[in-house]
Amino acid sequence: MTLGPLLALIVVLAVAPALPGLATRTRAFLTGRRGAPILQLYADLAKLIRKNVVYSRTTTPVFRLGPIITVASVLVAATLLPLDGHTALLSFSGDLVAFAGLLGLGRFALVLAGLDTGSSFEGMGASREVTVSTFAEPALFLGLTVPLLATGEFSLGGMLGDRLTGVWATAAPSLSLAAASLFMLTLAETSRVPVDDPATHLELTMIHEVIVLDHSGPELALILFGNAVKLALFGGLVVSLLVPRGGLPGWLALVVLVGGLGLVAVGVGVVEASMARLRMNRVPQFLVAASALATFGVILLLR
Amino acid sequence: MSGLHELLLLCVVLTNFWVLGTTRLSATIRATAIQGGLLAALPIALHPGWSLHIIGLATGTFLVKAILLPTFLNWAIREASVRREVEPLIGFTASLALGALAVALSFGIAERIPLPESDSALLVPVALSTVIVGLLVLTTRSKALTQVVGYLILENGIYVFGLSQVERVPFLVELGVLLDIFVGVFIMGIVVFHINREFDSLDSTRLTELKD
Repeated sequence: MTLGPLLALIVVLAVAPALPGLATRTRAFLTGRRGAPILQLYADLAKLIRKNVVYSRTTTPVFRLGPIITVASVLVAATLLPLDGHTALLSFSGDLVAFAGLLGLGRFALVLAGLDTGSSFEGMGASREVTVSTFAEPALFLGLTVPLLATGEFSLGGMLGDRLTGVWATAAPSLSLAAASLFMLTLAETSRVPVDDPATHLELTMIHEVIVLDHSGPELALILFGNAVKLALFGGLVVSLLVPRGGLPGWLALVVLVGGLGLVAVGVGVVEASMARLRMNRVPQFLVAASALATFGVILLLR
Repeated sequence: MSGLHELLLLCVVLTNFWVLGTTRLSATIRATAIQGGLLAALPIALHPGWSLHIIGLATGTFLVKAILLPTFLNWAIREASVRREVEPLIGFTASLALGALAVALSFGIAERIPLPESDSALLVPVALSTVIVGLLVLTTRSKALTQVVGYLILENGIYVFGLSQVERVPFLVELGVLLDIFVGVFIMGIVVFHINREFDSLDSTRLTELKD
């Protein structure tokens, strides 16, 4: 086994905290403000790690396990993606189900931790987070079905790796539709604007933020880092679909990936600046639209 | 050139989804205008040679479908001061899901229809799905203006279907069809005004109420 995938994973984990900063900075720039520095999240993480943890007396060990399981599942999910453009660290047939399942497990642990605090607001946020993910999951599976059908590979490492380059010429429309669908999903999964607003701190409107209200110190740092890595993973999916990197040498593929992730983050910022947040009952419609795009991509390939 | 018309047809389907998913009346009109523009570019993309037939068809389509009708509908919104929300009888989420189903269905049906060889494999399925989506908009939206938009989309689907046989259809017939739509939409516009004056609303469900 070569060091390529491992190196790519380390690089992605290292740049991940810059992505939310880049998105927020783009949004601030486009709305005529200066905004926080791009590297703000690194400073936040460093600060939070040095702090103490405060636990509410009503919480149980479920609350403490939440952030750890979340980060662990996101990190394992990251090993399934062929981040260097060729192969993934871990790869087996049907691992896209494991990918979706790991992300679901992370969210489940966080939702349980939120419910464990006994706060009614966190319960509300938990219910919303789960509702959103119910609609997001079909879109994820349909989006990943497109490269599966295009390459005939059943593992993420195979379908997004070397084989994709060969079929890109014929399956380009489907793959672009899948990438568009996954980009919409990125906004929902990482709780960005049309679905959720990372900047809001009003209990009635928060979705993701409200669940993590009671977490503090290193545990909050873990959650923030996990969310940044999740953004990098979904961005990595979009970039892999749009720019097959099978033919590129290792270092160039990595540069393309990091550049692509930057562009995805800027794209997220542009979306945040250009549209208002959707009403809560419009969120399923947004995600069904993402599923419809992916379905269309699948149909084009089945023809 | 083969890639271009496929791209145009994909965009036609995407505008269909847009009409199904949007909540704004003005957005549905903008979507049909864009769809009209895409349809006007289609014959040129399908037949790169500059024949008079194709150019005439493209210009006529562009003038009527991308400029005249959207302008007329926008004017109708302003004059009738319609509330800008589309009011569906079934939810937007359900409409989108049905739209996706319609696309799947039409791709399935298109393979089984015995038709003379057409220029693009995508033409017939896209035409069928556009017709179904038009029908869906026509039947599930309660505002009379949105129903006009549905009628336009339905007609766009028939136009795409006609494009698959464009060499066999005389030019005059195409122009006649364009004129028909124009007159049809014009009459609908007048009907819409009368509904609006009688009922102070464009909600066509109220047409079932009896009044002295």
